[in-house]
Amino acid sequence: MIDINTMIGPYPFRFVPHPDPELLERVLDRERLGGAWVGHLPSAFYRDPNVGSSQLYTALAPHSAKLRPVPTIRPDWPDWERALRIAKDAGAPAVRAYPQHWQLGPSDARMSELALACGAARIALLLTVRFEDLRQRHQLDVAGDLQAAAVRALARAGENVRLIVTAAGREFIEEVHWGLTPDEQRRVVWDFSWVWGPPEDHLAKLFRTVGSKRFVYGTHWPLRLTQNPRANLDLLPDDVAKAKLADPDKLFAN
Amino acid sequence: MRAGKRIGITCHVASVLGTNGFNSPTYFPSPDDIVTGNDAMLSLCKTEGDIARMLVTVNPNFTKQALGEIDRCVARDAVGIKLLASRRADDPLLDPICERAATHRVPILHHVWQHRRREWPNQEISDGADLARLARRHPGVTFILAHIGGGGDYQHTFAAVRDVKNIVADLSGSGVDRGMLDEAVSALSSQRLLWGTDLTMETGLAKLRALENTGLSSAEDIQDIRWRNANRIFDLKLPRTDNPPAAKRPPRTAVR
Repeated sequence: MIDINTMIGPYPFRFVPHPDPELLERVLDRERLGGAWVGHLPSAFYRDPNVGSSQLYTALAPHSAKLRPVPTIRPDWPDWERALRIAKDAGAPAVRAYPQHWQLGPSDARMSELALACGAARIALLLTVRFEDLRQRHQLDVAGDLQAAAVRALARAGENVRLIVTAAGREFIEEVHWGLTPDEQRRVVWDFSWVWGPPEDHLAKLFRTVGSKRFVYGTHWPLRLTQNPRANLDLLPDDVAKAKLADPDKLFAN
Repeated sequence: MRAGKRIGITCHVASVLGTNGFNSPTYFPSPDDIVTGNDAMLSLCKTEGDIARMLVTVNPNFTKQALGEIDRCVARDAVGIKLLASRRADDPLLDPICERAATHRVPILHHVWQHRRREWPNQEISDGADLARLARRHPGVTFILAHIGGGGDYQHTFAAVRDVKNIVADLSGSGVDRGMLDEAVSALSSQRLLWGTDLTMETGLAKLRALENTGLSSAEDIQDIRWRNANRIFDLKLPRTDNPPAAKRPPRTAVR
């Protein structure tokens, strides 16, 4: 199993212990995960994320057997197309974007252009609903959560678009999923790092309604405990306990 | 109960919050709803036996009824008192409830957020600093700060309650920030932490597993957090092991 939602590097608003690729590899071994897609956490807050992407490529080079880079690309930054070509050449399976941090609204054409360009390059676009719980955010952390409308708009942008949405809760997932056509639904997969388990059983309900094949495994490391998604799977009711997740390496298979 | 069995929980300490918003707000339950909820919890305890133990829920705005409910439910084996967010924790209206807790020798579990920076709708939320003021007024009562994973700035909470020794904290809540457990052990010691789940049992299981990876807790400390502290504070009379109980050993504070 691949963890598609990991990052390295410090977080500006609180101390995060050891956000390093060396430790991530050890954590993957401990959790019996085969590898991870790795973003660069500070890049979300850099004006120019290309600098962070360079740091990411360098940091992951010694760990390329297990860790694949997921650089951040900002579509309102000049020559972002070059960054996408570099990502493709580096073997990135996805790129990250944070429209809410860049004040790009749900219908911003530049985000659609990025999603379409990623699709043409057969690279997924990875979106993050939130880094932290709303209630603990730093006074300067005013970006707010990603809006479900932004995901719907990108899913409708074109048939080659593939979106991975991380850190969404049940309501967000349902609002997007049931607001899309079946074709559009197939362009979106979700991690369940922020979906509740029992007793409310949000994950089980989503597996029964949206379908487990719309979900991939993601932990939100280094911000969240890696044990959490595994615990969520371990506590699924019997009828969905053996549900199969999507293979993130086959997002462009159909 | 299904998830608890799979986790390996041998004793659930639980409460029912009125009608959970059906007839009155969850955090401001009416007197009638308080009774309805407590009766439901008493019934569950009767059905499930010793695996389910009760916290009696009260709304301090209704002092006479609150004291009556405490007496009624403790007489039927409630092991603690549950306070929600019906009144800020340092409000004098909580004093008679604390005095009654001292009389019955039961702890008070108080729902808090971490670092209250403004008012939020549908609750009169408290934070660690509010609870610390109450706990200092009632040094003979054990207060359980619920819950460090309940959202908010837990680092603020640790600083606010570190030196108030009659406050312990539970680990429950949907928050599973890396570093939170390490900082909790470092600030409060393993002897002032209780394992719990709240409304997200998967985060409870994740923290249970993560405790062994913090590098800050010994096997003995982990046993304290898993059950021995709860056994002592709630007087659950769970089976003893050969290990000395937490109260007989000096607090162990981890060094980062």
